Amino acid sequence: MTMQTNAEDLQQQSLSGLFWATCRREYLLSFRRKSDLVNPLIFFLMVATLFPLGVSPEPGFLAQLAPGVVWVAALLATLLSMDALFRSDYEDGSLEQLLLSPQPLFVVVLAKVLAHWSVTGLALTLMAPLLGVMLFLPAEGMPGLMLSLLLGTPTLSLMGAIGAALTVGLRKGGVLISLLVLPLYIPVLIFGSSAVQAAVTGLDLGGYLALLGALLALALGLAPLAISAALRISMSS
Amino acid sequence: MAEKKWMPRWFYQLASPRWCYQITGKLLPWFALAAGLLLIGGSFWALMFAPADYQQGNSFRIIYLHVPSAILAQSAYMLMAVAGAVGLIWKMKVADMVLKSAAPIGASMAVLALATGAIWGKPTWGSWWVWDARLTSMLILFFLYLGVMALNSAIENESTAAQASAVLSLVGVVNIPIIKYSVEWWNTLHQPATFTLTEKPAMPAEMWVPLLVMVIGFYCFFAVSLMMRLRNEIVWRERRTGWVRELLSKQ
Repeated sequence: MTMQTNAEDLQQQSLSGLFWATCRREYLLSFRRKSDLVNPLIFFLMVATLFPLGVSPEPGFLAQLAPGVVWVAALLATLLSMDALFRSDYEDGSLEQLLLSPQPLFVVVLAKVLAHWSVTGLALTLMAPLLGVMLFLPAEGMPGLMLSLLLGTPTLSLMGAIGAALTVGLRKGGVLISLLVLPLYIPVLIFGSSAVQAAVTGLDLGGYLALLGALLALALGLAPLAISAALRISMSS
Repeated sequence: MAEKKWMPRWFYQLASPRWCYQITGKLLPWFALAAGLLLIGGSFWALMFAPADYQQGNSFRIIYLHVPSAILAQSAYMLMAVAGAVGLIWKMKVADMVLKSAAPIGASMAVLALATGAIWGKPTWGSWWVWDARLTSMLILFFLYLGVMALNSAIENESTAAQASAVLSLVGVVNIPIIKYSVEWWNTLHQPATFTLTEKPAMPAEMWVPLLVMVIGFYCFFAVSLMMRLRNEIVWRERRTGWVRELLSKQ
């Protein structure tokens, strides 16, 4: 009995150990290539700058557009950053080692994606109010914007990682990822921008956030399975 | 004592490309005949004998193309996902080929549904396109098809391509209901329904029977087209095996 619990303890320890070790590795790698960290954020800012230039600088009009524009910009920025998720690991062979290791791939993949999210999606969320101000989003909309991005961007990262895993072996994966993943992003976009609009008009946010949370829960449970399967397939050839 | 048989014998026979080629070869003429009869008969019935709609006049007749193609666009995706699952679980080459063959047919059905919808929308709604929930979800379904096809053609190794598209179509199948409901919900939220599909107060039988004939005809046509693509694919992939060489040298 004690033996068994010990073994279970050990396994649990090693699982969380595995999770944190993977996270730590991801952080180390990403902070050593700081430009990769900043690029999606700059992209986010630039896309938001294009809209007033392309549509109209009129504040009232921009305020109406703002929830959608910020969300679409965040979505595209996440998508652009996805290609790098497995690429360097694939090129230097460490991805192969990860697949060969006896540890469950589910945990490794989840740690990788969450670490990646915390340097892209979370950063985008923290930067979103700046874009909101640039696009004259009313101040009441800010909490809605940040909360919806906080709940929505991890889902975007998880789904984007499926596309990244499927295309990791290909040289020209970038455009293909967008083709595969963009249709899947639509529900998150709808609920996210609706949450911001509801916040602007003073409606209750709870429902939208609950839906975003449900999508996140679903993605957390299922996406790592699809990602691991996709990685194994991509590496098999 | 033999192991318990979980699957009927034909299931395993279908897994062999050679058997599958022979079986589909036998089925093909019958399905072609049925598709031809049903489609021609159904079209004549629908276009000449079915009564005109009391509100939309004759323009409603396009539903005899629109509805079957929309139904097929959805069924083809389901078939693709099931084939993908079978291919991943039992590692069947034929299932992979079915997946690859079904994608372009489904995509063209989605295009047909969108195009006929637009043609119908112009006289009825006054515009070619509205961001109606059903139109939008059909468009997204079309995008999902394009994604599977793009992935399939981007990967050179055939079995890797098939497995990758199987994973993608399974992911798509999980997402289709979510997309469908979110789009419906978005539409009711953003714009009060300026245009609704005129609620048909229980279509009379003279109208829906030809529609049913057309739907079945479309299914038969889909089966024919799928089998032809599948046979082509089998011959191409098995081109190095003895039986295909024999087959080709006979012709």
